[in-house]
Amino acid sequence: MCVDCGCSIRGIEEHTGEHSHDGGKTFHSHEHQKAHEHLHHNPQLNDAKTVSVIQKILDKNDHEADHNREHLQEKGVLGINLMSSPGAGKTTLLEHLGDVANFKFGVIEGDLETERDADRLRAKGIHAQQIQTGTACHLDAFMVHKGLHHMPLDDIDVCFVENVGNLVCPASYDVGTHLNIVLVSVPEGEDKIAKYPVMFRQADLILITKTDLLPYFQYDIEAEKAEARKIKPNVDILEVNVNDVQSVKAVAQWIEFKLKMRA
Amino acid sequence: MHEYSIVQSLLNQCEEIAMKNDAKKVVKVVTKIGAMSGVEPHLLEVAFNTFKEGTICDSAEFIINKQKLKLECKECGGIFEVDEVRYFCIKCQSLKVKVVDGEDMYLMRLEME
Repeated sequence: MCVDCGCSIRGIEEHTGEHSHDGGKTFHSHEHQKAHEHLHHNPQLNDAKTVSVIQKILDKNDHEADHNREHLQEKGVLGINLMSSPGAGKTTLLEHLGDVANFKFGVIEGDLETERDADRLRAKGIHAQQIQTGTACHLDAFMVHKGLHHMPLDDIDVCFVENVGNLVCPASYDVGTHLNIVLVSVPEGEDKIAKYPVMFRQADLILITKTDLLPYFQYDIEAEKAEARKIKPNVDILEVNVNDVQSVKAVAQWIEFKLKMRA
Repeated sequence: MHEYSIVQSLLNQCEEIAMKNDAKKVVKVVTKIGAMSGVEPHLLEVAFNTFKEGTICDSAEFIINKQKLKLECKECGGIFEVDEVRYFCIKCQSLKVKVVDGEDMYLMRLEME
């Protein structure tokens, strides 16, 4: 019997053209090898096969995400994935964080087109790397990996990944950060949290932004918070209005606390 | 519409497994899609049937088993499936629940020839 796969092709006993692949432990004849290939590569001899797999469909992405996280970990950098719908205030928040934060940060920017967000941040002296996704509606771990190569990881404490503005697709992809911050702005209207539960389930911190506009909108902020905690009971929530520097400082403090907890 | 990206990952996975098993074609692909995975099953099916052309899955049947959100209560020990999105125990209202299933997408089984 063949010691490699247990098949019962004759030939291993014959000594014509005998050779070894592993330093003399097992020997195959070329006849055996030929018969072997015939058996395993002839489709007519192969019956229908059912294989049980049970593997995550995004297995490769998750693997790459773990790799990104390890890389950030080695460099002592905290990775934060920022997600929201377009226009909720991700870039604006980062601009203002630059003024108040006690930590140094860089930003990997994901957008379908243009360098505009990265340019806005660079104007503030923040290191920003733009990834243009073309038509892709989300960043995945492979795109972020490329972005990480352009980040000065030795000089920063926090690396933000500003995801493509979208409350649906980015939620399915682990990009390899440690924490997720999800923004939702008052003008987007009520029920956004209940309507996009997969996204808000991913959040470690939810920021309700543009709260200075509350007087002009019918927006029950306490009801929104309750909705969020139905989906994620232990989620942190902060109200942010970039015209109120204290509210931006509170976000910086949350991040500083998380930095300390990973020292 | 990230369903197309997900289908690309799935087709690559099928191809790898088929090659490992010396199969000429894949005849059936069975998946499990969680209610909280962020994927719309109907769109996933449309995407699969569009992109399978010319791949090893060209003639494959695509099966989606939908998985509801399944939670285990750490207080009362109950295991239950929920229809609406709520992460607390339906019996004792405890917030100490563990997600058992329903948040991921899996390739479960492949039938090949």
